[in-house]
Amino acid sequence: MIIGLEIDGAGADPAAWRGAEVDPRALLTGELAVRAAQRAEAAGIDFVTFADALEAPEDVPDRVSVRLDALGLAARVAPVTERIGLLPTITVTHTEPFHVQASVATLDHISGGRAGWVVEVSTSGEAAAVIGRREPASAAETWREARYVVDVSRRLWDSWEDDAIIRDASTGRYVDRERLHYVDFSSPTFSVKGPSIVPRPPQGHPVTAVFVRTPEALEAARDAELVLLPDSDEVAAQLQALRTSGIAAEGSRSVPVIVVSLPVEAEEVGALVEEIGRWAAAGIDGVHLRPASLELDVPVIADQVLPELRARGLTGPADRGGSLRGRLGLGRPRNTFSGSAR
Amino acid sequence: MTKQLHLAAHFPGVNNTTVWSDPASGSQIEFSSFRKLAETAERGTFDFFFLAEGLRLREVKGKIHDLDVVGRPESLTVLSALAAVTTHLGLAATVNSTFNEPYELAKRLATLDHVSGGRAAWNVVTSWDAFTGENFRRGGYLDKADRYTRAQESLRIVRKLWDSWTGDELVLDQAAGTFAREGAGAFADDGPHFSIHGRFGLPPSPQGRPVIIQAGDSDEGREFAAASADVIFSRHGTFAAGQTFYKDVKSRLAKYGRSEDSLKIMPAVTVVVADTDAEAIEKAAYIREQQVSGPTALVLAELLWGRDLSAYDPDGPLPAEDPVVGSSVTQGRVGYNDPFPIVAEWRAQAEANGWSLRQTVINQQNRQTFVGSPTTVAEAVNRHVQENAADGFVLVPHLTPGGLDDFVDRVVPLLREYGVFRTEYSGTTLRDHLGLSR
Repeated sequence: MIIGLEIDGAGADPAAWRGAEVDPRALLTGELAVRAAQRAEAAGIDFVTFADALEAPEDVPDRVSVRLDALGLAARVAPVTERIGLLPTITVTHTEPFHVQASVATLDHISGGRAGWVVEVSTSGEAAAVIGRREPASAAETWREARYVVDVSRRLWDSWEDDAIIRDASTGRYVDRERLHYVDFSSPTFSVKGPSIVPRPPQGHPVTAVFVRTPEALEAARDAELVLLPDSDEVAAQLQALRTSGIAAEGSRSVPVIVVSLPVEAEEVGALVEEIGRWAAAGIDGVHLRPASLELDVPVIADQVLPELRARGLTGPADRGGSLRGRLGLGRPRNTFSGSAR
Repeated sequence: MTKQLHLAAHFPGVNNTTVWSDPASGSQIEFSSFRKLAETAERGTFDFFFLAEGLRLREVKGKIHDLDVVGRPESLTVLSALAAVTTHLGLAATVNSTFNEPYELAKRLATLDHVSGGRAAWNVVTSWDAFTGENFRRGGYLDKADRYTRAQESLRIVRKLWDSWTGDELVLDQAAGTFAREGAGAFADDGPHFSIHGRFGLPPSPQGRPVIIQAGDSDEGREFAAASADVIFSRHGTFAAGQTFYKDVKSRLAKYGRSEDSLKIMPAVTVVVADTDAEAIEKAAYIREQQVSGPTALVLAELLWGRDLSAYDPDGPLPAEDPVVGSSVTQGRVGYNDPFPIVAEWRAQAEANGWSLRQTVINQQNRQTFVGSPTTVAEAVNRHVQENAADGFVLVPHLTPGGLDDFVDRVVPLLREYGVFRTEYSGTTLRDHLGLSR
């Protein structure tokens, strides 16, 4: 089984920040996230996701009403971890696709091939109002656009061939311009000329993940390489839909990696292990654990849940390394432009 | 009183300063290069580490320019990672205000400021061209004047968002369950370019808000900096031009109710250090020659002439034709508004010295600012600061990532001996290092 962990504020429980074990200031410095990621990595967990939304969290009295940008937080975590995959949530509805792909490619460079992104859309009036570029749009419309953003991102990651930097002192050329490509991408809502400003990332394509919260997201998840399904009665049907029509990026595998997202509270170790075993038997590739409290539950996941899963042969050794794609069993994608201009 | 000077390190790339063909030249992309140069700057107790930005690959005659360093990672992501491996060094990102939304920029920069403990800076780039705009949803369609007003409005709104928390709203009372006072961060703005409202989800960092850096030399740019910037990043590295610029910009501060200390003037400069002055001069000449190969000399001359000069021999005489104004021979970099006097000067110098085209480009365009023994360089740097040609410098090395080792190991100790540069950081935020109020 592939094991992921969610980092969301002080934990998925809105009251987690109030625990005596939590220093609330550590939410803002990123220390809470760093500690959780390091504990998860030491336990052999494959990846962490970083929750985010464009707009600020709800302004409710007993809740954490602040949030760091997930991409910045993932980048802060990258140099102090070595093996764990890092997937910030990025809302693509209001952002510039060119910046998004450059940032995710950069996260892959600085982490040595451990980057991915959880593609998210926004249909909320709040997010539209803080940006002011357009009116809120429906789930169908925003996910349709998100699929174009994923598509252009992959093309921009390919816009530099792997060997584009030649440093040929004899001709004075730093790059071979024949190995750089304009993408000339056009969609109903945006266009991008290319090439990217960032050379092709170490993984070729950082891992594209979709968290399925709506039927429209399930449709878009067919383009993803990693799909997070909420724990619900619909998982079997969703799994079936993804298994039969998955079209994950060329050169990786024919169907996306599918994991189920599970809430975790420390006192339920036995039940959790049993449940993960059941999902494994049902043909799910892994689980995405959403700890109620990072400070309380991550140590229990690390010290009790992972060793038990390992003892049952459900997950690999803790110290294995490699790229995020490697950990997920995804191949390195072929460059669609490779050799095209030569 | 002796003025204390300020120093910053620029990570070089995408122009012919970087001698990528040198065996000591490392990766321009790998994080280890950024980390190494940042660690050198922090060992030298520099104020900050500076990253430039490019949003489209430059072209020469319709093709991607292939002679200089091409490609770099995205700045804010790299700097957030550097926050993890440095403790005091300021982290400055150049981010274009034309191709970004103020809310998103404010959030990303505030995140960098928080995860670094108050060390972030934003170098506001005020305008760029439609060529670059072809990579973006919006921005490229604006004409030049609109891009400038959009930049001003963008900066004003970003500051408004950072200031939307006025100070004491972050409560962090776990027992009472009050994280922050309700309503903290509320904002609304309705300007010609942006009409936005909502709540900003990050309180002020330990330095209050990120430092604002402004590069710009036009009258508009100087005024913009005098009104809004904390640091101005100028091109006037020579002593006389530096003094003139310094006097002009500082004199503009009073009308905005600002003291002369509140805006630091830091030109970008290059430095060549060797054991003796003679050796340094020789080394500097060698570096200039590496920076300007024959093909690079032709491209730089094309930028001035506005013409295709590929038929010329770089080791032969200067082109006989007149320059063309407003040509699009090169894309993605600044051209010359009035090339005629510069061409006349180049011709006069080439004639007088018997220089080839390449030698003329080397001698006319690629001057190093400080060349000499450690003592010569330290004295010159200090004189510029004490005599108000600058408040400090942004050093642009010709090698990545080891190009500042000589300066940090040999010149910084002398500046410390003179009592004009810190021996250790006295504060933890970038505002502390720059002597700016919170």
